[in-house]
Amino acid sequence: MNHIAPGARAGIYHYDEIDRQFVAERVEQFRKQVERRLSGELTEEEFKPVRLMNGLYLQLHAYMLRIAVPYGVMSATQLRKLAEIGRRYDRGYGHFTTRQNLQYNWIKLEDTPAILHELAEVDMHALQTSGNCVRNVTTDPFVGAARDEVVDGRVYAEILRQWTTMHPEFTYLPRKFKIAISGAESDRAAVRIHDVGLLARRNDKGEAGFSFYVGGGLGRSPFVGKLVREWVAEEDFVAYLEAILRVYNQYGRRDNIYKARIKILVHELGLEKFTQEVEEEFARLRGPKYRLDPEIVEGVRQHFAPPPFEEPPDHSEALERAKASDPAFANWLAVNVAEHKAPGYAIATISLKPAGGIPGDATCDQMDLVADLAERHSFGELRVTHVQNLVLAHVKKDELYDLWKQLDAAELGSANAGLIGDIIACPGLDYCALANARSIPLAQAISARFADPVRQRTIGELGIKISGCINACGHHHVGAIGILGVDKKGTEYYQITVGGDPTLTTEIGDILGPAVTETEAVDAIEAIVDVYLANRTGEGERFIDTLRRVGHAPFKERIYAAD
Amino acid sequence: MPLIENGRIGEDAWSFIPDGEPVPNDRPVIISFERWQAERDSFEGRNARLGVRLKSGTLAGAIAADLDRFSLVALEFPKFRDGRGFSTARELRERYGYTGEIRAVGHVIPDQYLFLVRTGFTSVEAPEGTNPDSWANALKEITIAFQPSLDDTAPLSLLRRKLKVG
Repeated sequence: MNHIAPGARAGIYHYDEIDRQFVAERVEQFRKQVERRLSGELTEEEFKPVRLMNGLYLQLHAYMLRIAVPYGVMSATQLRKLAEIGRRYDRGYGHFTTRQNLQYNWIKLEDTPAILHELAEVDMHALQTSGNCVRNVTTDPFVGAARDEVVDGRVYAEILRQWTTMHPEFTYLPRKFKIAISGAESDRAAVRIHDVGLLARRNDKGEAGFSFYVGGGLGRSPFVGKLVREWVAEEDFVAYLEAILRVYNQYGRRDNIYKARIKILVHELGLEKFTQEVEEEFARLRGPKYRLDPEIVEGVRQHFAPPPFEEPPDHSEALERAKASDPAFANWLAVNVAEHKAPGYAIATISLKPAGGIPGDATCDQMDLVADLAERHSFGELRVTHVQNLVLAHVKKDELYDLWKQLDAAELGSANAGLIGDIIACPGLDYCALANARSIPLAQAISARFADPVRQRTIGELGIKISGCINACGHHHVGAIGILGVDKKGTEYYQITVGGDPTLTTEIGDILGPAVTETEAVDAIEAIVDVYLANRTGEGERFIDTLRRVGHAPFKERIYAAD
Repeated sequence: MPLIENGRIGEDAWSFIPDGEPVPNDRPVIISFERWQAERDSFEGRNARLGVRLKSGTLAGAIAADLDRFSLVALEFPKFRDGRGFSTARELRERYGYTGEIRAVGHVIPDQYLFLVRTGFTSVEAPEGTNPDSWANALKEITIAFQPSLDDTAPLSLLRRKLKVG
């Protein structure tokens, strides 16, 4: 096989021969599994989980193939390959997901072995992006760059990637299992809405360790992850996770798909009993076989060595001039650019949310452009965020203006990261076999209504999240404004929640009132914003804080009073 | 039903005796865990080998104290998607030190065979008409395992290769 080595400049895990051999064997295994299905040796029931563990879903109109982007980090070479595949086998675009992966929505079953083969050429695959196994581990999209970073989450996410790959004991779990790691002071990975959320931190000796939150999740019964252990030392990292998974595999419910996630087990056993079970298992597992040797961690860490930063002055004259001369750029800079740990560098978020656009979609031409820009401005590396945007993590401040102009020319320059236009939406009834209502047209209508970047910035931090059904792939429960699509006798309605929060102060939003139609929903969002602006104290008070202070009443009154 | 052992169809010396039917004393038999609980005294002094069959909801701890009485533990998979047996087998081996035969019975597919072996199973009862090639192939098609298990006890297994980096 012809391997194209990813650029060796940035912090990207490089496959070795063992990783490559594994993926090649796994691709061949899937080819045989498809043959065995076609010959009838495997029933459809037996084939389904096998297919799902290869990332292949059967959706409303076509197959959907979900490609793994481990912890959301990839090289420009890999992104170019994704563009090429999207052009050849899909309809010229791809969709970035809340799990930091990419999915193609219009795939033919017979093309999948060829696609998997092409992916393997750039050390990519679709493994364990679905099915009742441990899924792709996600982390902070600013990892390795953020000024507030304490521990580099990629190192541990990569250890888990290997650890959970075809785990013999945990591949037929009661239900899917999602892990997120954050190693910074701000949680940009929404760790407490995951089955296991890990906060990596350091003790006063500077050693790395982890707080384990277990049993978070959205869907039909939303729960915030509970703290099971405050401090798990680095050497026990794998053992503790193994203990949690074993308890879950043995005691998790298998009688009802809606009660099979670990959140229900933690809820039903109670935190104390659950913790006791895990601790017992952990006490026994702990030992040389599971000890994570610091030298292994160091070995993995070398893959993520910082790129060769030059040492530009932290204050960039070029940037200041551009800022003063171009207000649109200045706005983007204020909204989409974050502080970098290296002086003279910055972290740039590329919004995939143009006004009226489909959240998370990128055309193949856009992907090619971002790949070029990543090579030119960010050491050939980029990230996918759980809010469905892209990030160039290491951009010289001197080059930000040049970068933005190129992005803007390709409709990738929206200044709305974290603002009301930065909507998360699931694929909804346009694609998904589970959905009750469409999500995308509503997201488009809302972002068109709030298209003005100045208005967006005036409103400030306000996340809207839309799910087309109770499974909550659009994270509506933790949206400052959440929208859930429901079906009422064949008509799509939308239920609005407010007050959700995906960060460490995690909150599940409350339902504001009866569900409304699509047109009413856009007006209702605008009404909520108006009430907020009328009530907030000064420019600084965020929507969520105003809401906490004044309560639901003024919002309800405005939306439902006319009825 | 065909018995799969070491990637091949093998001879099955065992037979399962349904609850209520008389238990022969002269050949190896498997009884249900429920029968064992109800009639355990009746097996005192038995010379022929005895096996016990556990439903998927019966975990390793339930049989731990009696393991020295059994030459075989059969773990039931009511549906192949019900993966509790993987943990039960592992607990039998690693927590309770069981060294006898562990057999997978019920609904298991060749695609799970490698996982079964790696978690401590020694044999699988396959459905009639199963394709033996699929079972043989299942042990050969994936040669990389990233984590330690029953077949590889080196600490953290393949992650150790990372020590060589740099």
